Amino acid sequence: MSVAILREGDYLIAAILSDLTDKEVVKLRGDLIDLVGKYRSRGLVIDVSALEVIDSFVARALRSIVLTVQLRGAHAVIAGIQPDVAIALVQFRLNLHPLRVALDLDSARTLLDHLTSGEAEDGR
Amino acid sequence: MDRDAERPDPDEETERQSEEDAAAESHEEDATEDSHEVDAAEDSHEEDGDEESDEEDEDEESREEDAGEESYEADPLLQELVAYLREKRTDLREEWARRINEADLLGVMSDDEVFSEATEVFDNYVDALETGSIENLQTYARELSERIIPRGVETDEVLGIVLLLRDVLARELFAKYQEDSEHLNRILDAYEPAANRIAVTVGVSFVEERERVINEQQEAIRELSTPVLQIRERLLILPIIGVLDSSRARQLTQQLLAAIRDNRAAVVVIDITGVATIDRTVANHLVQAVEASRLMGARTLLTGLSPEVTQALVDLGVDLSMMQTVGDLQGGLEEAERLAGYRGPRATDETRGAES
Repeated sequence: MSVAILREGDYLIAAILSDLTDKEVVKLRGDLIDLVGKYRSRGLVIDVSALEVIDSFVARALRSIVLTVQLRGAHAVIAGIQPDVAIALVQFRLNLHPLRVALDLDSARTLLDHLTSGEAEDGR
Repeated sequence: MDRDAERPDPDEETERQSEEDAAAESHEEDATEDSHEVDAAEDSHEEDGDEESDEEDEDEESREEDAGEESYEADPLLQELVAYLREKRTDLREEWARRINEADLLGVMSDDEVFSEATEVFDNYVDALETGSIENLQTYARELSERIIPRGVETDEVLGIVLLLRDVLARELFAKYQEDSEHLNRILDAYEPAANRIAVTVGVSFVEERERVINEQQEAIRELSTPVLQIRERLLILPIIGVLDSSRARQLTQQLLAAIRDNRAAVVVIDITGVATIDRTVANHLVQAVEASRLMGARTLLTGLSPEVTQALVDLGVDLSMMQTVGDLQGGLEEAERLAGYRGPRATDETRGAES
């Protein structure tokens, strides 16, 4: 599977490196939910900057990953949506509402820092 | 031919074929066919012979018809014509230049210029008549268009002078061949299609050149009209001025998203003070631009909605709940700075650097 899942401190970073099949998307969702529980991560970044296409299935899967992870007490951010992908998503009315998005990994980390800072100031 | 005479059926086939490439065959073959026909008729295949002679008649008719359209090089009439036109070059050119002046065409050019261009056009025109190749003429017409369009020569003038030249030459042909009307007809048959093709070529070249210039300018206007400006670290402003149509709105969205990525923008202010009217399509494009920007991680503020635009948006029932709007650009910038400062990673980065 072409997803790199890295653990960095309290955060989990899932970088999707190439287009995924539907099966892989389902497996990724299971893996991420397990790992967030296992590492007690407080934040998850899903980096989609390598994806040139996000279809409705992947969009729905991303959405369900984020919502599930949030139910387990972590914040989740989608990072690195490309311009063309953004236009396509909007045109197909897959605006990923109410998910949090960030420009890139760096912005996503900043956003997570901001989101988690309210909970525990000494968390970093 | 002898071999064909022995087998009448393939012979017929040959005949039909010869109908198709009538003009390609030489007259010599005609003679042979005629004599062979006599043989055939004398043979027991009398019916075949009749058929053949009918076909032969058609054959000859089609040969005459084809003469006008077939390859120019092979047409002796055009050769005769071209030779004659070359001979009368000086007179015709002067006559043409005179007619151009009379008709008040090419007023922006001096008489000398008109005359020298006329000479070039005349020579190219006759060459094109002779060779049937309009490539040189096309090239010349394009160059001519490039030269004269910036000076303000209009399409009707260009078409006018080419048609004038056509008429001058046709008039000259009338004068020369008026005694022999049949010959005149055949000369005109050869001349007219060629001349019309040349007129069309020149006209089309001119129009194409104009269109090219117009397209270039449109492109330039488009590039100029949607600047995406960075006014603070990670803060972009996109002033929209003029009419927003679908293609411009789409291009604007793309430019905005590229700029967000390149400048790593966190906040974008879209200012539409300069947009006088807005319709449903454009409003939807704006909404899409804002949503796409959000997917790229940027907050978008819309500023400068005029009373007319605001009313139109409400009347159209466009869903602007996604959009955050601020009255004017100044307010929008203040709000954007507050947003960028509040969430600005640059500040956070520095803070983090200071801590460690």
